[in-house]
Amino acid sequence: MSSTVHIKQLHLTIDPLKDASKKWALQQEINDINAQYAQALDQKELDAWPNFFIEQGRYQIQARENFERSLPLSLMDLESQGMMKDRVYGVTQTIFHAPYYTRHIIGQALVLGSTTAQSLQQSHTLPSEQLLWVSHSNYAVFRTKPGSVSEVFNVGQYNDLWLPTPGGLKLAWRRCVYDSELILNSLIYPI
Amino acid sequence: MKRDTTGLQAHHQDFTTLPWSREDSSRVPFSAYTDQQVHAKELSRFFYGSHWNYVGLLSEIPNWGDFKKTFIGEREVIMVKDMVRPAMKDVDHGVRVVENRCAHRGVRFLQESTGNRRSFVCPYHQWAYKLNGDLGGLPFKDGVQTPEEIQGGMPSDFELSEHGLTQLKVEVLHGLVFASFDTKAPDIKEYLGPQILPWIDRIFKGKTLTLLGYNRQRIPGNWKLMMENIKDPYHPGLLHTWFVTFGLWRADQKSRMIMDAKGRHAVMISTRNEGGGGAVTQGVTSFKPGMKLHDDRLLDIVGEPWWTIADPSDAEKSITPSVTMITLFPSVIIQQQVNSLSTRQIVPNGHGSFDFVWTHFGFEDDSAEMTKRRLRQANLFGPAGYVSADDGEVIELSQAGFEQWNSDGQDTGETICELGGREVQGTQHMVTETLIRGMYAYWREVMSS
Repeated sequence: MSSTVHIKQLHLTIDPLKDASKKWALQQEINDINAQYAQALDQKELDAWPNFFIEQGRYQIQARENFERSLPLSLMDLESQGMMKDRVYGVTQTIFHAPYYTRHIIGQALVLGSTTAQSLQQSHTLPSEQLLWVSHSNYAVFRTKPGSVSEVFNVGQYNDLWLPTPGGLKLAWRRCVYDSELILNSLIYPI
Repeated sequence: MKRDTTGLQAHHQDFTTLPWSREDSSRVPFSAYTDQQVHAKELSRFFYGSHWNYVGLLSEIPNWGDFKKTFIGEREVIMVKDMVRPAMKDVDHGVRVVENRCAHRGVRFLQESTGNRRSFVCPYHQWAYKLNGDLGGLPFKDGVQTPEEIQGGMPSDFELSEHGLTQLKVEVLHGLVFASFDTKAPDIKEYLGPQILPWIDRIFKGKTLTLLGYNRQRIPGNWKLMMENIKDPYHPGLLHTWFVTFGLWRADQKSRMIMDAKGRHAVMISTRNEGGGGAVTQGVTSFKPGMKLHDDRLLDIVGEPWWTIADPSDAEKSITPSVTMITLFPSVIIQQQVNSLSTRQIVPNGHGSFDFVWTHFGFEDDSAEMTKRRLRQANLFGPAGYVSADDGEVIELSQAGFEQWNSDGQDTGETICELGGREVQGTQHMVTETLIRGMYAYWREVMSS
C-alpha cells in the first residue's frame, strides 16, 4: 500500500511513483518536452505553444504570494487551448509592446508521482479516474530588449499535470508559480 | 518643438519657475516628470502632506493583530488591526497605520509583507511598540542594577510617550482604508468630494469585500503618468484592440467625465455596446473587424444589480454604467470594468519609476460562478492583461521621450493636453483630455504655493 502525499496549495493528492526505471523514463520524457517548449517560445514559434496542452488544458501564471496564501488570482489564467490561441493572437496582433527576446532555462523535472483527473479544477471530458503524472520543474526566463542588456525577467516553478496520450505526454495543467515579486513592467509572451 | 539655443536656463530649485508655456494646464513641462527635486516636493506635498493615501482594504486584515505592509509615497507603513474595546466598537474601526521605522535608530524593523503580531519589536535593541505605535517599553530604560550602583539607563526626563512610531491619521470608508501623515487632514468625505462619493458608494457601500489576490509590476515611468492614463478617455478605444473591437470602451458610447471641485479626483463612466464597425473605427488600426475568439468565456459578462443607481446628476433617472474608472489623487485607482473589480495602488520610487499594485476583490455574497467570472476577466487587466499591459509599455516610452529631450537640461519640452479645449470641466463624452488638465491645474497650484 502506498502512502499518498498531499500538496495543499495545489489541492492535489499524489500517489508517489516507486518504480525507479519508470520514474527515470518519465523524467527524460518531460525534460525533452520542456526543451521543445523552451525552444518554441524562445524562437517565437507561438502557434506551436498551445499544442503542448490537451484541448481542455489549463495554463496559469500565478504570483507565489497568491499561491501560498491560496488566493485565487492569477497573472494569466487560460482554461483551454482556445484561450491559448487567443493569447497568441493577442501577443502577435493586439497588445502593443516593445519587442523582446526571451530565453528559458528549465531545470530537471522532479517527478512526484500520479494523481487522477478528479484533481483538475477546469472543465474537461476526461474520465475522473484517468491517471495524470505530476512533476515540478524550476525555470528562469531572461529578457533581452533590442539594444539592451539581458535581465532576469521571471523566476519560478512549473507545477505540471501530464496526460499520457498515444502521441506522448501532453499538459493538462501547467501552473507557473513565480517568485519575482514585481513584473518588469509587462509580461507579454507566455513563459 | 523648438529648443531655446540662447543659453541654458538656470536649473529650477524653485518650483514656481517650472517653464509652463501657458497660464492654463493644457501644456505640461517635461520637467514635471524628469526632475528629482520636483519629485521630492511632490512626495512632501501630496504623499506626506495633507492628502489621503490609499493603504488597503479592511478585508485584508480581518483579525486582531493582522497586518499588511505597504507604502505611502516612498515611506513604508504598516496597516494593522488593533484590539477595539467593546465600549468603542461603534466609533473605532480598529485600523491603525504606523510607519515602519523605529523611533530609536531608524530601523525599518518589520520585514514580512503580511502576518499577525500582538506588538512590534525592533530586532536591533528590542524596543517594543503597541499595535497603535505607542512605545511600550525598551530594555535597560532604568539602567542595570549592580550591588554598587545603577549603570546606564535613559535620562530621567526620557518619556515613553514621546518616542512612539509615526502614527498616521486613518479613515475607513466602506472597507477602503486611507491614511494621512497630516493629523489635521480634512474629513475623508470632504477630501473626496460630493461629485466622487456616489461612485465609491455604488461599488462599496454596505458590501463586505473578499480578497481575490494581488498582481504587482514595476513601471519605469513617472507615477503621474498612470494617473493620467486613467484620466485619459481618448486612448482606450485607440490603443486597446479589445476595447474597440468588443465594445468595452469606445468613443461612440454614452459616457461621462466627472471630477471633484479641485480637479484632482475623477471618474470616467461609460456603458458598453456591441462593438463592431462604425465611424469611431475608421482608420483605427487597433480595430480588428474579423477578430473572433476561440474561447469567449473571457467575455462572459453578466450585469449585476448594483451597477444601476439613481443618477447623481439627475435623481429622476437611473444610470447603469458597465465601467467606472475612479482616480483618487494621488495614490489609487479604483476599477470597475464589467465584472472585474480592483484597486490599483501607485507607489513611486524616484521620479522615473513606480510600482503598481493591483488588489482584485469581489463581494462576500458572490456566487461561485461570479467569482470565477471576475477571475476570468482579470485576464484583461494587470501586468499581462489584454488592455493593461500596453498601458505600462506606453508609459515607459513616454518617460523615455521626456528624459531624452531633457537630457541637456534645457527643459523646453512639454506635453499637449488640448483635446476638447483648454479649460477644465466635466463632459458627457470621451473625446477630451479635460481630466488631465484638471489634475495639472490642481498640481500646479499646490506645487507653486
